[in-house]
Amino acid sequence: MNQYPLWKYLLIAAVIFVCTLYALPNIFGEDPAVQISPAYARDMKIDQAVQDTAVAELKNANISFIRVDRTENHLLLRFKDTDTQLNAYSVLKEALPKYVVAQNLAPATPDWLRALGGQPMYLGLDLRGGVHFLMQVDMETAIRQDEETYIGELRSLFREKKLRYKGINRVVAGGGGIQVSFANIDIGAQAKKLVEKQYDDLVITEINGVDEYRLHLTFTEKALKENRQNALEQNITTLRNRVNELGVSEPVIQRQGEERIVVQLPGVQDTARAKEILGATATLEFRLVAEDDDQLGARSYKRRDGTPVMLKRRVIATGDQIADAAATIDQRSGRPAAVVRLDNKGAKRMLMTTRKNVGKPMAVVFIEYHIETKMVDDKPVTTRAKTEEVINVATIQEEFGKNFQITGLTSSEANNLALLLRAGALKAPMEIIEERTIGPSLGQENIDLGLLSIMLGFVTVMLFMLMRYKTFGMVANFALLMNVVILVALLSLLQATLTLPGMAGIVLTLGMAVDANVLIFEKIREEIANGNSPQNSINVGYEKAFVTIFDANLTTLIAAVMLFGFGTGPIKGFAITLSLGIITSMFTAIMGTRGVINFFYGGKKLAKLPV
Amino acid sequence: MLLNRFDYKFDFMGKRHIAVALSAILMAISLGSLFMQGLVFGIDFTGGTLVEVGYSQPAELEGIRKTLHENGFPDAVVQHFGTSHDVLIRLGVHEESKEDPLSSRILRLLQKGDEGVKMRRVEYVGPQIGSELVEKGGLAVIYTLIGILIYVGFRFEYRFAIGAVAALIHDTLIVVGFFSLLGLEFNLTVLAAVLAVIGYSLNDTIVVFDRIRENFIKLRKQPSVNVMNISINQMLGRTVMTSVTTALVLIVLFIFGGELIHGFSMALLLGVIIGTYSSIYIASASALALGLSKADLMPVQKEGAEKQAKPFEW
Repeated sequence: MNQYPLWKYLLIAAVIFVCTLYALPNIFGEDPAVQISPAYARDMKIDQAVQDTAVAELKNANISFIRVDRTENHLLLRFKDTDTQLNAYSVLKEALPKYVVAQNLAPATPDWLRALGGQPMYLGLDLRGGVHFLMQVDMETAIRQDEETYIGELRSLFREKKLRYKGINRVVAGGGGIQVSFANIDIGAQAKKLVEKQYDDLVITEINGVDEYRLHLTFTEKALKENRQNALEQNITTLRNRVNELGVSEPVIQRQGEERIVVQLPGVQDTARAKEILGATATLEFRLVAEDDDQLGARSYKRRDGTPVMLKRRVIATGDQIADAAATIDQRSGRPAAVVRLDNKGAKRMLMTTRKNVGKPMAVVFIEYHIETKMVDDKPVTTRAKTEEVINVATIQEEFGKNFQITGLTSSEANNLALLLRAGALKAPMEIIEERTIGPSLGQENIDLGLLSIMLGFVTVMLFMLMRYKTFGMVANFALLMNVVILVALLSLLQATLTLPGMAGIVLTLGMAVDANVLIFEKIREEIANGNSPQNSINVGYEKAFVTIFDANLTTLIAAVMLFGFGTGPIKGFAITLSLGIITSMFTAIMGTRGVINFFYGGKKLAKLPV
Repeated sequence: MLLNRFDYKFDFMGKRHIAVALSAILMAISLGSLFMQGLVFGIDFTGGTLVEVGYSQPAELEGIRKTLHENGFPDAVVQHFGTSHDVLIRLGVHEESKEDPLSSRILRLLQKGDEGVKMRRVEYVGPQIGSELVEKGGLAVIYTLIGILIYVGFRFEYRFAIGAVAALIHDTLIVVGFFSLLGLEFNLTVLAAVLAVIGYSLNDTIVVFDRIRENFIKLRKQPSVNVMNISINQMLGRTVMTSVTTALVLIVLFIFGGELIHGFSMALLLGVIIGTYSSIYIASASALALGLSKADLMPVQKEGAEKQAKPFEW
C-alpha cells in the first residue's frame, strides 16, 4: 500500500529538476551594461567596424569590460560596476554620435543556461525603477483630421469635374461630418452620384434648404472604426520610433483597449524629457504666402512675434512626407537649423511648386495640438486646442525638391523638431492620463524588502509546520520550497512581470499553500485517532482531503482570475503569482508530499506515524 | 485528541446568536462609518499627483508644508512615509505642463531648502482614470461574488452558496469599514487585498462546508445544529493551523514588506482574522438559518457520493 509506480517518482523528480534549472538564472543577478543600437530611419548596421570602434575607444579611455556581445540589432558591453558603466557610457556616446547609446542592465545568466532558454524573471517598474505612462489617444481629433483630408480631396474632385459648389466645411456641432452646399439640385445630384461612386465609406444625407441644396457626409460605422484603429496603430508606431530615439532598452509599448497606449520605460528618470518627446504632437506644413488678390484661397496665420501673415490654403507638403531630418547649424548665418529630406511624393510637389514660384515667399508652419482634461464641477471636461505658428518665411531662391533647410528655430527646438520629424507625426494628439515614476533606489529597496519578507515568511511557516507535524511537517516544508522553485521557474519561463505586490503574492501563497498539507495531515491524524492503521490512514487522508482542497483552491482561483481581469500593472502581478501559486501548490502539496511519504513509508509495516 | 463522533468540544452553534449580534454590530459600525465619513481614497481613485521624496537626514515636515503652501500648492498634504527621511506629498488635480512637469517644480522648490532631496516616486492619475477604476473595482468585487455563488451553488447547495456569499459580504464590509473608521488610505493595492480576502475567506468556508456536507450523510440521526458543531470542531485544528500560518506570514509582510504595501498587508491580515471567524459563524449560521437540513443534501448527495468515493488518484 502507498506505493507509487516508478514513473510517478520519475515525473516528480523530472519536474523538480527542470524547474530548478529554469529558476536558476535568477540567482546570477545582472551586469551593468551599455547597449548600442542604430537610430531609427538611418541605414546603419551594427557590424564588426562598430564593435572595433567601441572596443578601441574603451581601451583608449582605459576602461575594461567583461564581455561584448553583438547581434544584428545591437552591441552589448558588460562592465563590472555601475561607475565603470557610467564612464563607458559617456565615452561611447561621444565616440558614436549617430547611434543610440543606452545604459542597461543585462542578465548575467551563464551561456549554457541561456542556450537552454533560461532567463531571469521580468521585473516590473516598481522593482527596477523607470516610468510608466498611460496615454489616451484623442480620437475626436483623429476623426476631425480625417474629415479635413476628405474636404481637401472633395474640393479637388469637384473642381476637376467642374461641379460648382457654394461651400464645403466641417460640421462642428452634433455628430460632426462634412457639409457641402450647392446652388441648385441638379449640381447637387451630380455631386451626390460622384461621391457615392468614389467613396463607399461615406454616408450621404440630402438636405433641401430654401435656396440651396446641401449634402451632409458622415463616415460609416465601419470606416469610423477603421480610422480609430489606424490612428491607434500609427500612434504606436510613432511612439516606438520616438522611444528608440530616446535610447531606452527594453521599452514596452502596447495598446490597452480601444483608445489607450501603455508606455513603460525602464531605467528612465528624466520624465520631463520623456514626456516632451512622447507626447509632442508637433508637425510642419509648407505653404506659399498668399498674393494680395487671392483672398478666397488664403487664411490668416500668426508669426512668432504675433504679426499676421496670409498663407495659401493649399499645402505644398506636410510633416508626414518628411523622410529624414537632422539638426544642424546654418552655414551662412551660423544659426541653428533643421535639415529636411522629403519623400518622393513630397519632393515632387515641392519641386513643381518651387519651380513655378521662384522669387516668391514660402512659409513653414509649426503646428501643435494640446489636449487636457480637467475636473469642472466634478465632471471631467476635455479641452482641445490647436496652435499654428509661422516659424519662418523665406524667399524661394531657386527650385528645390528633396533636400532643404529650415531656419528660425532655437537650438533645442531644432533638435526636438528633427527628432519628431524623423520619428513621424502622431496621427492624433495624446494625453497622459496616468504616470508612475519609480526611482532606481526605491526599486532596489522594494526588491530587498520583498526578498526579506519571502525569506522570513518561509522560515516562520517552516518552524510552525515542524512543530506541529514533526517529520511530516518536514516533508511539507520540502514541498513548500519546491513550490517556490516551480513558481519562480514558471514566472521566468512565462516572462510574466514580477512586481512588489507580486512578491507579496508569493508570501501569501506560502501561507496558503501549506493549507493543503494541513488538511491532509489533520485528516490522517483523525483517521489514526479513529483507530485506522497507519498505512490506511495515509491513503484515506490524501483521498478525502483532495476534494476539499480542490474545491477550496478553485474558488480562490476564481477570485484571483477576476483580480487579473480588472487589475493594472502591479495588481496584475499579484494576481499572476497568486493564481500560479495556487496551481503549483496543488502539485507540490499533494503529489509531491505523497511521493516523498510513499517513498519512505510506503509498503512498510508501521506501528505509528510521525505526524 | 480523541473526539467521539457525537461529542464536540466547543458549542459553536449554540453561541451563534451572540456571534450574529456581534457581527451585526460590527457591520452596522462599518456601514455607519462608510456613510458618515466615507473612505479616504488614494489617488488611484480620486486622480491627482503624489510625489515621494527622500532626504538625507530626517525631514522637517513643517518647513516643507510651508514652502509648498506659499508657492502655489495650497492643497499639498505632506506626511512622513515609512521613515523620517521619506516624505510623501499629495496634490489634487493641478495644471500640468509638458515642458515643466509638476514633479520637477515640486523638487525644485524643495531643493531650495535642502540640496540633497531626491525624487523617489511620482504618481499621476488623470481624473478620467479614477472614476473608471472605482467602477471597474466595484464590478470586479461583484463578478467575483457572482462567480463564487454559481460555483458553490453548483458544487454544494444553494443555501451553502448564500451562506458563503453572506460571509464574504460580511468580511468585505468589515475590512472596508475598518479602513473607513481609522481613516486609512484606500488605494488600488488595498482593493486587491480585499479581493484576495474574498478568495481566502471562501477557501476557509468551503473547507468547513465540505465537512458539514460529509457529516450530514454520515450522522443521519443528529439534528442539523449538532452536525454543524461536530464538523466545525473536527476542522478546528486545521482552521487554527492555517489561519495562524497565514496570519504569521502576513505579520512578517506587514512589518518587513515596506510602507508601499502596508495597507495591503493590513487589509489581508484583518481579512484573514475576520474570514476565519466568519466561516465558522456567518457562513454556517446563515445556511442553518435558511433551513439547511439533511433532507436537502440526501438526494443530491446520492449521485455525487458515488463519484466522490473515488476521487482523483494522486
